[in-house]
Amino acid sequence: MTFEKFSQGESLLHRTDTRVKLVSAISLTLVIALCQSFYTSLAGLTVGLLLLTFSRLNLRFVFWRLMLVNSFIAFLWITLPLTYPGDALCVVGPVTLSKQGVALAALISIKANAIILFFITLLATSTVVDLGHGLESLRLPKKLCLILLFSYRYIFVVHQEYHRLLRAAKLRCFKPRTNLHTYRTYAYLFGMTLVKSWNRAERVGQAMMLRGFHGRFYSLEEKTVTKVDVIFLIIMISAAIGFAYIELMK
Amino acid sequence: MHISEGVLSTPILIGGGVLTVLGLSIGLKKIDYDRVMEVSILASTFFVASLIHVPLGPGSVHLILNGLLGMVLGWASFPAIFIALLLQAFFFQYGGLVVLGVNTFNMAAPAVLCFYLFGPLVSPLVKDPQRRALAGFAGGFFSVFFSGILMSSALALSDSGFFSIAQMVVAAHLPVMIIEGFITMFTVSFLAKIKPEILQS
Repeated sequence: MTFEKFSQGESLLHRTDTRVKLVSAISLTLVIALCQSFYTSLAGLTVGLLLLTFSRLNLRFVFWRLMLVNSFIAFLWITLPLTYPGDALCVVGPVTLSKQGVALAALISIKANAIILFFITLLATSTVVDLGHGLESLRLPKKLCLILLFSYRYIFVVHQEYHRLLRAAKLRCFKPRTNLHTYRTYAYLFGMTLVKSWNRAERVGQAMMLRGFHGRFYSLEEKTVTKVDVIFLIIMISAAIGFAYIELMK
Repeated sequence: MHISEGVLSTPILIGGGVLTVLGLSIGLKKIDYDRVMEVSILASTFFVASLIHVPLGPGSVHLILNGLLGMVLGWASFPAIFIALLLQAFFFQYGGLVVLGVNTFNMAAPAVLCFYLFGPLVSPLVKDPQRRALAGFAGGFFSVFFSGILMSSALALSDSGFFSIAQMVVAAHLPVMIIEGFITMFTVSFLAKIKPEILQS
């Protein structure tokens, strides 16, 4: 299973320093998440699309990812026009579509997709290891960053272990259905995964202690912020301030 | 079980953020460096749980198991769930950064509640396997129930027009609660036999 689909690539955004991208993503997301007007959110979506062209990612993958993430938004489109109180936009039989509901669903869709685009182009273009170190230098608690890096390291191991157990169950003709037997089997599979992870955690913890680990990773590649990074950061921050300006002027 | 970015109102986002920071600081204080490894690997195990799809009628639902996580980790479920959600956001872009506080609180607060309510009832000291199974079921059931309630109140408090959506969210959680109840029940009974120290927290 490939988790970090977008982290590999050759583009301005892949080369930019992770800390710079983190700060840019947080400030842009914050403004767009809090804005209430169509103008601001559309400006945000435009910047998101611009970033997407700069990131040179495979557009088909990005499109499918957006479709997947939009499932909650689709749920809002189905429900909001029907349930949101407001003036009737049109009446189809017994069903009334509310104008405010449609407007709200549209606003939320634009905002959400703009933010997802920021996320894909600014954060998903870094590896989780880089993001972990970046968050640490941005003063996120050390322990939290350690947990992030270690969990990332072991997700794949645990996932493989679970799949080994599932494969063994399937070889023994286990067919998942909606019944208690299925749920019991899944529970035991997960329980066994948990036991194995627990034992692994003990072993790894002891091994780290033996090697004198005291809560800090020493990264071999010291990252420096280049001139391009500074310019990038200035542009992104001004974009965020620009959004805030549009929002307040409205 | 995620609320997308861009849906909630500012006070709710701030409130969720503050509560999550509080929970995180308590959780991190309870983890010393010797336990970091344990919390990390359990966080990845519960991330994997969210990739497990169990059948439900014609469709399927993925596991959440925040009740079980709470019973195993206690307050440390706040950092574990925070990291699991952060990784989901990095990998799949589910959820987001600003809404991460609300989403973490919605899942982790019920986990901690389960730790206090049902943790003692599933510990290896309890000799009655039936009572343990019952407590396990209740833990799995109520953690998802409370998560659903928190999620729908976040929606309903953001905008009164979200009220009917909030009701639907709770209704949609009903079958998940039952499945989570059963899975947590079987897992707890399994763990009590195979590796009781996991339930000792």
